[in-house]
Amino acid sequence: MIRRLLLLAACALLLLAAPRAGAMQIERVVSPGGIVAWLVQDRTLPLMSLQFRFRGGTVGEGVGGQGAARLAVDMLDEGAGDLDATAFARALQEHSISLSVGASADSIQGSLRVLDAHRARGAELLRLALVAPRFDADALERVRTRTLAGLQRQQEDPRSILREAFGRLAWGEHPYGQGAEAEIASVRGATVEAMRGFLARRMARDNLVVGAVGNIDAAALGALLDQVFGGLPARAAAYGVPEARPAIDAERVVVIRRPAPQALVLSGAPGMKRDDPDWFAAQLVNYVLGGGGFNSRLMTEMREKRGLTYGVSTSYQALDRGALVLASFSTDNARAGEAVDLLRAQWRRMGEEGPGEQELEDAKAYMTGAFALSLDSSSAVAGLLVTLQNEGLGMDYLSRRDSLIRGVTIEDARRVARRMHGGPGFLTVVVGEPAGVRGEGG
Amino acid sequence: MTARILLVLLSLLALQAVPGTGRAQVFEPTTFFLDNGMQVVVVENRRAPIVTHMVWYRAGAADEPPGKSGIAHFLEHLMFKATRSMAAGEFSRTVARNGGRDNAFTSWDYTAYHQSVARDRLGLVMRMEADRMANLVLTDEVVATERDVILEERRQVVENVPGARLREQMAAALFLNHPYGRPIIGWEHEIRGLTRADAEAWYRRWYAPNNAVLVVAGDVSPDEVRRLAEQHYGPIPRREVPERARPAEPSPQAARRVTLRDARVRQPSLVRTYLAPSARRGESQHVSALEVLADIASGQAGRFHRALVLERKLATSVSVSYNPDAFDLSTFSFSVAARPGVAIEDVERALDEEIAAMLREGVAEEEVERTKARVRDSTVLSRDSLGTAPRAIGADLMTGATIEEIESWPQRIGAVTAAQVAAAARAVLQEERGVTGFLLPRPRT
Repeated sequence: MIRRLLLLAACALLLLAAPRAGAMQIERVVSPGGIVAWLVQDRTLPLMSLQFRFRGGTVGEGVGGQGAARLAVDMLDEGAGDLDATAFARALQEHSISLSVGASADSIQGSLRVLDAHRARGAELLRLALVAPRFDADALERVRTRTLAGLQRQQEDPRSILREAFGRLAWGEHPYGQGAEAEIASVRGATVEAMRGFLARRMARDNLVVGAVGNIDAAALGALLDQVFGGLPARAAAYGVPEARPAIDAERVVVIRRPAPQALVLSGAPGMKRDDPDWFAAQLVNYVLGGGGFNSRLMTEMREKRGLTYGVSTSYQALDRGALVLASFSTDNARAGEAVDLLRAQWRRMGEEGPGEQELEDAKAYMTGAFALSLDSSSAVAGLLVTLQNEGLGMDYLSRRDSLIRGVTIEDARRVARRMHGGPGFLTVVVGEPAGVRGEGG
Repeated sequence: MTARILLVLLSLLALQAVPGTGRAQVFEPTTFFLDNGMQVVVVENRRAPIVTHMVWYRAGAADEPPGKSGIAHFLEHLMFKATRSMAAGEFSRTVARNGGRDNAFTSWDYTAYHQSVARDRLGLVMRMEADRMANLVLTDEVVATERDVILEERRQVVENVPGARLREQMAAALFLNHPYGRPIIGWEHEIRGLTRADAEAWYRRWYAPNNAVLVVAGDVSPDEVRRLAEQHYGPIPRREVPERARPAEPSPQAARRVTLRDARVRQPSLVRTYLAPSARRGESQHVSALEVLADIASGQAGRFHRALVLERKLATSVSVSYNPDAFDLSTFSFSVAARPGVAIEDVERALDEEIAAMLREGVAEEEVERTKARVRDSTVLSRDSLGTAPRAIGADLMTGATIEEIESWPQRIGAVTAAQVAAAARAVLQEERGVTGFLLPRPRT
């Protein structure tokens, strides 16, 4: 694609494509071969976006196998069927097809966006990637080298060091806590046989979730689903990943000394999974504390009043087998002690007092109003359809969402604030050369 | 480009046009001027009940006086403080309470402010945006605190990122005389010296309706926008605004090399950047051909990836970019990451050989045709993300294009020939026009 326009770093323009969120018409499509997808028909443009997810990700492979699993998925679009890597890339480029696949801890995910004129070609390329990846030796060697270079870069990058250290402390021996070193060993040792084994275990029709948006009707989508996914095994292998309870049960500060112009800080506590009945109350509380952009308590205290940081935010990391609630920012090394203390004080204050009534109302107004802004493209809507199915939220979720949010009472919010921010556990990891931070070495 | 808050997303924006027969149009905007000289552009799009409202000022980092680098971006931050009728922070708080989002960004050629809201809140954001165009009230206290925020921003996005530090040094080496050589966020020592008086002077100099463009896209008609714009922006009086006159670049005489070593670099890489024409400056006749050239050269199926990554196995990645949207001169760049164990000198030699081969052999007509087909597709695909239109129009108008030129872009690309691509490559990819930047490891002592 020609880059006529600036590479725009930043500043979320979260615009408009949302088909009217409340009125969005979702159809459940079952293909002749029995594959289910949720569909939103949108005739305004001659194109289609497909998003899919296979439940169960790299953590099922254990600490020794996650790197190989990720590499396996990265190889899917590096040559398939009769097409070597270059021919595959050229076929995508020449027909303006966006196709991507990737593995995460909990899933394998992918997407296809294609103009109507090239839809058949796009579907065929996706089918080949899923059922006939080649694993050519030269392509594998190239992707392995690139992956290892990226992992080695991570080992020197303060932000990656921070995330990894926090993950190791929070998740312990669980594969969620795996770092770059184990990943490197796994990538180095990955054999084609092992990688094909992972794909065969984890990409099947019974753990597949699909969302589609665009200029396609149910019959055409059904045929396309069978074409693309029909050749996959009927069943995925058993997925025995244990629950992970974060090992954060006391206040703890860990400092990892690294030469850096800023101290990077990540703090957190055990969080909440997506299926928790208090999910929306937690999201509202989070908005007030640090999720609300410029208007959160933490932004007001740390940035607006004191100039301690360019940005501080809090968010939930809700994984399938465990969850955290996290806060992160970076600050001048010289003022790191003040900033870490301030974060802890605000976190604790939220645990003790919860949000104020006006703060809660503001959070509700934002969360209900801004939802439609984030559905800014056909891909974003297709992604939402996958999420709704994956989380079991139901087809009527969009019509229920506003009332679920509005129904959170101040008592609910205070109770959940106490649960999330008032417990004994609060882990802080700092990477850099922070002054005034007392903590253990990392 | 640097923004008030970082949500690090690189979005490649492509243009959009009406599919179908006849002469392709790109955005089909409606445009008009208010009596005070403020241009208004409306892109009607009824796909969702939302609007995006943007105000762009023809003032950016390249317009700053010497010694005051960073003042354009500093003022952008300060625009979220108090006005005569609103408290500091009230702007963003009000947008959020109305279920909207807002932010702003600064480039060398412009500063822009934007909100996305439900269609019935358009008047609200217009009222507030018009208010801060004319009624900003600064205090020494908010200026001092915000200066600290910006110093943290600079540490976070530049000092802490070796590649960003290299890019800053390379721009300074590439532009011998033009202020594009200064970072948008400013040099640290100059940021420290910026005062409330500097910010107020900048605001008075540039923030006037006749130096601004309003772009509204979404579920709204041009008539509604006209009525609201006349109501909110119309009363702000026109003011004298200086011409944007920046020092011009001399003809480049010598290839330059910049090396940055950092202990955290593991994979050596290089960036080669050439001074290139834009639509307004330099050999502008080459602009469309350079866009085609960048497309042919880049991507996983492009010729540089094939040569350096696949065949010669010297690099793990290659990217090629050209951006003609600049008020003054632009750049054409190659970025290459070395494969582990490969000397960066060998990577550079191979890049030079491949550039030389392209200059010698030119490109195939077939490659040009494939690019044109992709451009036609991209004009449809880019409609899928409706934020594209207001951004593209704003940036183009700020860098000197007219609405007619924006709309005729597909025709210009469609007319490019292989011979023109070869000629453009020869005009730009010359040793003395280039800076080569190396990002190398430094062993920790």
